[in-house]
Amino acid sequence: MNPYIINTSEDVAQMLKTIGVNSIDELFWDIKSEHRPKSFDLPAGLSEYEVMRKVTALSLKNNVALVPFLGGGYYDHYIPTAVSAITSRGEFYTAYTPYQPECAQGTLQALFEYQSSMCALTGMEVSNASLYDGGTALYEAMMMAMRITGREKIVMDGGVSPIYRKILKTYTHHLHYEFVETPVVHGQSSRDEIFKRLDSGVAAVILQNPNFFGAIDDFTDIIEKAHAVGALAIVSVYPVSLGLLKTPGSMGADIVVGEGQSLGLPLNFGGPYLGFMTARKKYVRKMPGRLVGETVDKEGRRCFVNTLQAREQHIRREKATSNICTNVSLCALQAAVFMAMLGKGGFKELAQLNLDKAEYAKHVLGRIKGVEVKRTAPTFNEFTVHLPLDASQVAGAMIKKGFAAGFPLGRYYPGMERYMLIAVTEKRTREEIDRYADALYEVVK
Amino acid sequence: MELIFEKSVNDRRGFRYPVSDVALKGSIPAKYARQEDAPLPEVSELDVVRHYTHLSQKNFSIDTHFYPLGSCTMKYNPKFTEALARLAGFTDLHPLLPQLAGGEHLTQGALEVLFELEQWMCELTGFTNFTLQPLAGAHGELTGIMLMAAYHKAKGNAHKKYVIIPDSAHGTNPASAAIAGYETIAIPSNKDGGMDLEALKKAITPEVAGLMMTVPSTYGVFEPNISEISKLVHSVDGIMYYDGANLNAVLGKCRPGDVGFDVMHINTHKTFTTPHGGGGPGAGPVGVNEKLAKFLPVSRVIKRNDGTFALSYDYPDSIGYIASFYGNFAILLRANAYLLMLGKQGLIGTTDHAVLNANYIMASLKDTYKVCFDRVCMHESVFSAANQAARGVHAIDIAKFLIDQQIHPPTVYFPISVPEAIMIEPTETESKQTMDDFIAKMIQADVLSKSNPEAFKDFPKTMPISRPDETKAARDVRTSFFLPADAA
Repeated sequence: MNPYIINTSEDVAQMLKTIGVNSIDELFWDIKSEHRPKSFDLPAGLSEYEVMRKVTALSLKNNVALVPFLGGGYYDHYIPTAVSAITSRGEFYTAYTPYQPECAQGTLQALFEYQSSMCALTGMEVSNASLYDGGTALYEAMMMAMRITGREKIVMDGGVSPIYRKILKTYTHHLHYEFVETPVVHGQSSRDEIFKRLDSGVAAVILQNPNFFGAIDDFTDIIEKAHAVGALAIVSVYPVSLGLLKTPGSMGADIVVGEGQSLGLPLNFGGPYLGFMTARKKYVRKMPGRLVGETVDKEGRRCFVNTLQAREQHIRREKATSNICTNVSLCALQAAVFMAMLGKGGFKELAQLNLDKAEYAKHVLGRIKGVEVKRTAPTFNEFTVHLPLDASQVAGAMIKKGFAAGFPLGRYYPGMERYMLIAVTEKRTREEIDRYADALYEVVK
Repeated sequence: MELIFEKSVNDRRGFRYPVSDVALKGSIPAKYARQEDAPLPEVSELDVVRHYTHLSQKNFSIDTHFYPLGSCTMKYNPKFTEALARLAGFTDLHPLLPQLAGGEHLTQGALEVLFELEQWMCELTGFTNFTLQPLAGAHGELTGIMLMAAYHKAKGNAHKKYVIIPDSAHGTNPASAAIAGYETIAIPSNKDGGMDLEALKKAITPEVAGLMMTVPSTYGVFEPNISEISKLVHSVDGIMYYDGANLNAVLGKCRPGDVGFDVMHINTHKTFTTPHGGGGPGAGPVGVNEKLAKFLPVSRVIKRNDGTFALSYDYPDSIGYIASFYGNFAILLRANAYLLMLGKQGLIGTTDHAVLNANYIMASLKDTYKVCFDRVCMHESVFSAANQAARGVHAIDIAKFLIDQQIHPPTVYFPISVPEAIMIEPTETESKQTMDDFIAKMIQADVLSKSNPEAFKDFPKTMPISRPDETKAARDVRTSFFLPADAA
């Protein structure tokens, strides 16, 4: 069943005549019998209604009714309805990469605005038009730093998402790059450990704010020391926190990356998400991915184009700054609309609400006997607690009580089996937080 | 048109949050706090909606225009898959949920979608396993080359350093191979658009790690010597990589896994019509045969004996994590729904009509534009505007003429080996009437190139903008509203 094939038999007959063959099969004459499928045992097609019913039934087999306190870099934020109203417009989502700027000014200007908002948020000068997700964006930033410095050693803070660190290792394990990981001490980046490892062979120091344990930091001192040995500083950042937190730009960072899911994208079981990257202007020609730039048309009117394409694979092939072709334009548009909807005041308010609710949760959870809220460093909307039991056991028990309680850290940090990472976004109500505390009390008592 | 930032008015708001219901007011210590608020635009919801709706109207898209962009497979994107992708049971699902103890049971529907899609793809392509994790076609390529590297490492093939790539390949092929640490060797094409076998034989040495090939090629030609090529590459323990960019041409006609390929990627946004989104998000699932299966990235979705689904990380030879989670789930979901609707016959019909339509355009234009290979084509055909260029009208000028005719131009200047290339891929979802209109306009462009070639310099005339100054954009780099333009 293929309702999207619309040639009538009369059309087909006329077309075959124009081509000068008798049947469609003749068009495949050069696929020899030895190259034909050995099997093509696929089910028969279904009607739209049947597919809707089948897949809707599958959606109902997922439990999205748990009250979420689960984060780990991916958060349950409210998305204003206007955001998806815009991204559902066929003129945006059924267009392709703006190769012909005259008939793609919509996409191009929206991406320019996205780039501008990302610069505003991170305190940096230039932004690309998006990368796949936060993890792959960090990989691209690392490669960019190696290109700029000509060095092949990376110092990575243990507070960087363990998922990202796994990705970086996959991409580089067969190459000759050197990774040095420094431990987190008292919840924050250890200056001593990082400084010990900084030398003239280091391409970049990779840091994350807030770190995976939720602690916030000011990396200005680390970045100064990195610059002193000619290394760059890459900071991965949770964008919503930037409503309140010091920007990586003002800390002196050279490249800023992160996961943009929290900027108006649904959780979607892991994707599509939005990798963002901003940088100092002097490095713009070393950036990966598409860049939209301003120019003028023949009449001198302002307009937008894909620019500095000589960096890219379709021109430079094996010498390109990255192999990336498709990025995530629609997700970047989504983030642009989200940031415009909230605006300067709304974005700060969003961040403040996240902070307030998390502080409230720390307060009520901290009163439970046996639950220790780690307070060695200030946090934003996510924090670590020490539990009297195995955290994954606690998470399992909390599921039965209707909560996605948080992320047990033992999964990625051996020895931290009793620690749980808890996220509290603006969507959590006081009543939900109180119920969560009651349930946790029951589980650990 | 003004930027959204230029519509900003102090204190205007598009969205309001409820008043906090907790008494506590958190504060960030000064050392860690932002000094000035982020200068995001201050606009109303109506401002936002009007602004972006107006912007959308400045785009050509499949929903509004014929889009015969060669090599991009711009087929119609069905609406029902969009509706499915917006179901809360999918959109609200946190990716870390199945990693909690017992959490798999909370995500059975999503895991079943992934498992089922993998089964479909295996049977479609003749491979034994797929990873759905790669987030785009180029990401799939990189993953595939890393699998190749893992294979050679496991076999102790330390001497492998070259990947062979035909000159007609997409730029992502050599870029992906280079990033994975290989050097590339380009092989020219023969006069029929196939690979030059003599040149290939010379390039085959024990140092060859593998070969990347797009079938049919970007010339729209099916490679008749696949078996021989595959034998040559395998004779030095090389890996055969199939670039699935043009898979729309061979559904039910040829399966890469049957004809000697070891690994492939699929661009779901091409063959399986997930929306292109103005340049992503896409998805680039990678399929492999038994040789490479154990190296696939983790996690993998498995079906237990009791019929439930789970994520497994228990693959000691795996290359590891290539993405944060399980792929671009909402995109894969759309692809799965599309496959369910089409089924076996629908998929075969897809290829039949994609190839029929492409040949109809080729036959109708070959007396007007020079064809690269005068033979039946597959899903796309490549012309050269060399004759028109001799009159001063280049491929880009014809593209701009078409924009004024309300048609998105074909791909131009690719493949790079063809001078003045015009690459046309109509796809199976376009009607004869739409194609007839396009053909008439292409012929009109040729007529005008004879009577008034100068006229082309002014096209397009009917768009919001005329031709942009691309040199200025690259010289005076301004990529943000907050950045003054000057030389970077």
